[in-house]
Amino acid sequence: MAIVRLRRNQIRSSNFARVHLALRHARRLDRNDPKLGAGVERIWMSTMADTRAPAKRPLSPHLQIYRLPLTMLMSGCHRISGFGLYFGTLLLAWWLLAAASGPNAYAKFEWFSGSILGQIILLGYTWALIHHMLGGVRHLIWDTGRGFGEQEREWLAAATLIGSITLTVIVALISYLAMGGPR
Amino acid sequence: MSDIAPKHFRTPLARVRGRGAAKSGTEDFWLQRLTSVAGIPLTIMAIVIGMLLLGRNQAAVAQILGSPFVAVIMLLFIICTVIHMKIGMQEILVDYVPEESTKLTLLLANTFFCWAVGLIAAYSILKLSFGV
Repeated sequence: MAIVRLRRNQIRSSNFARVHLALRHARRLDRNDPKLGAGVERIWMSTMADTRAPAKRPLSPHLQIYRLPLTMLMSGCHRISGFGLYFGTLLLAWWLLAAASGPNAYAKFEWFSGSILGQIILLGYTWALIHHMLGGVRHLIWDTGRGFGEQEREWLAAATLIGSITLTVIVALISYLAMGGPR
Repeated sequence: MSDIAPKHFRTPLARVRGRGAAKSGTEDFWLQRLTSVAGIPLTIMAIVIGMLLLGRNQAAVAQILGSPFVAVIMLLFIICTVIHMKIGMQEILVDYVPEESTKLTLLLANTFFCWAVGLIAAYSILKLSFGV
């Protein structure tokens, strides 16, 4: 570290050209000593900062670099379905309020829930509810410290998706038949 | 000296004591788990109740929703859901909204929204149940 301290003092003396030369020399010398080398490198970078554009160092990889694993997709789905359910609760509140308010209010709700848009929203709400519930079960399993194995987490992610789609189709089919089927 | 002086004077322990982006401790974490466990049977029952009421007229829906067992299940479902979604949205907000005043405004809106939706739903069930 003696060399580094010396260089630091030289920088303070602001004799830039001399410091620059000395640092360049130090970089060559310290290449084989990682700890010392890092110290010299830091000072080298700090002298660069004032005079040149920052060095282009590699950034840590972000979303677009990775392929999309199912576990990652299901993690996103859990949050997004929760976000959707947040506003879907408005629908539930409207339904209960309409039922409590009387036939006219309920007719308005039924007009909406019977429309194409209403049916799509209701189907989406049902899927989000079931998916978020199954995803929650997965999280609860993880909370016990289990299910983190390579195969287990893939299996759990697939089960969440397949389970939620299957159950939603079943619920939708029963509802469709209960409403009178094809008319 | 100045380059090694700490930027703050809190010890690491003080920093981990509930001082993350959410500014609070583990109460929400626990409550979120509690409501998720409770939510599993309640959600299944709420879906079944919803399916049973499909296509019925208002009088029938009001009568069934107001019956004690169904009303209690729906009330529990509403309370559980509203607590869970309030914490969930709060988590999303503190994760994605870095700007302090925007975050505070949205956190307020979140609380208002959840109380309003929860109260509307709970009041409706109680009204149906007590028949006033």
